[in-house]
Amino acid sequence: MPVAGYFGDDGYVDEPTQSPDSPGPPLPGQAPSWGQPFGLPNGQPPGQQSAGQQSAGQPQPPKADQPPPAWSHQHRGADWSARVSSLRRANDGRIAGGIAAGIAARTGMHVGIVRTIFIILALITGFGLAVYVVAWLFIPAVGENNNIASRAITDLRGIAIAAVAASMLVVVLVLVTILGIGLFGKFGWPIVIAAAGLVLIWRNASADEQASLQRLADPLVGSSAGKMRSKLGLRLLIAGVLLIIGLTVLASAHHPLLILRPLGGLVLVLAAIGVVLGPWWLRIVRDLVVERQARIRAEERADIASRVHDSVLQTLALIQRRADSPQQVIQLARAQERELRSWLFDGRAPGSMDGVAATFAAAVRRIQQDVEEQHGVAIEAVTVGDSEIDDDLNALLAAAREATVNAAKWSGAQVVSLFAEVELSEVSVFVRDRGRGFDPAAVPSDRKGLAESVRARMERRGGSATIRSVLGEGTEVSLTMPRTAGQREPSRAT
Amino acid sequence: MSAAAPAGRPRVFIVDDHGLFRSGVRSELGEHVEVIGEADDVMPAIEGIARALPDVVLLDVHLPGGGGQLVVAELAPVLPQTRFLALSASDAPEDVIAVIRAGARGYVTKTISGAELVDAIRRVAAGDAVFSPRLAGFVLDAFASQGASAPEPSFDPELDQLTPREREVLRLIARGYTYKEIARELYISAKTVESHVSSVLRKLQLSTRHQLTRWAAERRLA
Repeated sequence: MPVAGYFGDDGYVDEPTQSPDSPGPPLPGQAPSWGQPFGLPNGQPPGQQSAGQQSAGQPQPPKADQPPPAWSHQHRGADWSARVSSLRRANDGRIAGGIAAGIAARTGMHVGIVRTIFIILALITGFGLAVYVVAWLFIPAVGENNNIASRAITDLRGIAIAAVAASMLVVVLVLVTILGIGLFGKFGWPIVIAAAGLVLIWRNASADEQASLQRLADPLVGSSAGKMRSKLGLRLLIAGVLLIIGLTVLASAHHPLLILRPLGGLVLVLAAIGVVLGPWWLRIVRDLVVERQARIRAEERADIASRVHDSVLQTLALIQRRADSPQQVIQLARAQERELRSWLFDGRAPGSMDGVAATFAAAVRRIQQDVEEQHGVAIEAVTVGDSEIDDDLNALLAAAREATVNAAKWSGAQVVSLFAEVELSEVSVFVRDRGRGFDPAAVPSDRKGLAESVRARMERRGGSATIRSVLGEGTEVSLTMPRTAGQREPSRAT
Repeated sequence: MSAAAPAGRPRVFIVDDHGLFRSGVRSELGEHVEVIGEADDVMPAIEGIARALPDVVLLDVHLPGGGGQLVVAELAPVLPQTRFLALSASDAPEDVIAVIRAGARGYVTKTISGAELVDAIRRVAAGDAVFSPRLAGFVLDAFASQGASAPEPSFDPELDQLTPREREVLRLIARGYTYKEIARELYISAKTVESHVSSVLRKLQLSTRHQLTRWAAERRLA
């Protein structure tokens, strides 16, 4: 086996390459200099920043014995500013943004009291809501240095959507004011601010927070398409009832004609606003749909590329190496043809275990058999625990297969260890050889092989892959996939 | 070989029902050990070992006249100086665990290389435990404490579960690490690794854990 091939088109690649055209929100690391926590005085060393964020999780009395930072002499408000800057939104025990929990942790007050204050403020003036959302935007979460606002500032589309949402609400607000309903007018502006802020938070929050937002919004709007459909009837009913009530109120007024006159004006105002702003609103919505479709397409393309790499390209490489044995070449070509057909026409993905092996442990044994058969290297497979196979585990299995094939092909070792363990919260696979190993830094980052097929495949599903290799001592690929919520016991967060 | 050979070459007795395999092992072991006898079934093995008094018995898990555990169960109490090392191609976990619980000091698979087998024999002769990746996997499985069922009452909780450190060591063995590599990985001495493995072996042999027997029973049904 030529050494050069080790780094060849299938060689190990350690650089975390982003898949081509991979979309998604800007990475936190790319955020410009906006990325400072709210209220942080300029010139504060970054070290203090992280110290504050680590301690924010627990209630902590202010430390009097600590010498005050040098800059506190320069500003009067520096003490307050330092307090605010070390304030972090809590990840544990949060309901929405974790602000109440964060403040409670910082000040030592009870969470319930802080929450009650927020709710009372929201009910009295409405501004409690706006303050909450703004705080959500500007206070970084525990474990993060950047607040959401610093990410949102680069999210032009998000700002546009927020503007649309806000402008729609403003229109409603203006109408309400015209009609003279005081109650909504009082709450209007905080609601406008909160709505725009929530849009930006939704666009720029971490996946974790998006999930919690979704949980909050779920009962109101129904997130999944199925739910939407099932609730459509209910919505129509409510709308119908409201319409009838409204018409009844209108009709039963003492001077119906007098009321109808401003109503006519109202309709005209509405129409004017629709003519001016309507196309803009429509375009933004359409752009959003297009963007979403593009992202789905890019993900699909990456998935297809890695599947083709695993199956067709691997087989072609094998055929080249066994060119002197026509029998084997025919056999390989036939097997590949079968696999490709079943993928294209039956929708069964190559490398996937559907219908082949029923459980995870059986699928690992299947990998052992296949690789031993195809590459003539002994695979010492050990499995602990077992579970049903879902899409996540299918991805893990495909990555494990790829790592095993790689070790069998390139390491030069006679035995490859394959260890798979199913635990309550995660499933891990370790592929280890005592072959020649490689220097991760020396591998060009544009190669496929491990980087795309293993790492990217794991990360697309929320898993992770680490590759450890020492020249002359061998390589170990560690794969970990968290188990989906349905399989494990309810977690503390829900 | 890393383990120092105690008092010269260990004297080895091979029990396997395949003549071809016995001669293969004999030639692979070559100079490093002294093969003082062979047997192909349970009864001849018990007689031969009792007569030859070897340091180490290489024992197939499956024998025509019953499992290898019969040989261990019969001889281990009366021959404290003789150590048993199970050696086998591919076995049901419950058979392997049964041989270990009967008193064998370790389990290796037949895919093991000659040099590694010699090393394993020396370790067993020195009183250490030898775990192959597969045995480590079996043990992790059998002791899986966070299984679906609630923890059960037991006579000696100490014996009925593995410590996190022991679990870690077993995981690394299952991943194909040698004792030396495990020591480096966990920043402990190779001797400490040995003692963790021996402690796991002791728990495996002495535990009265219901789950261990039930696990084996479930395995047999599956």
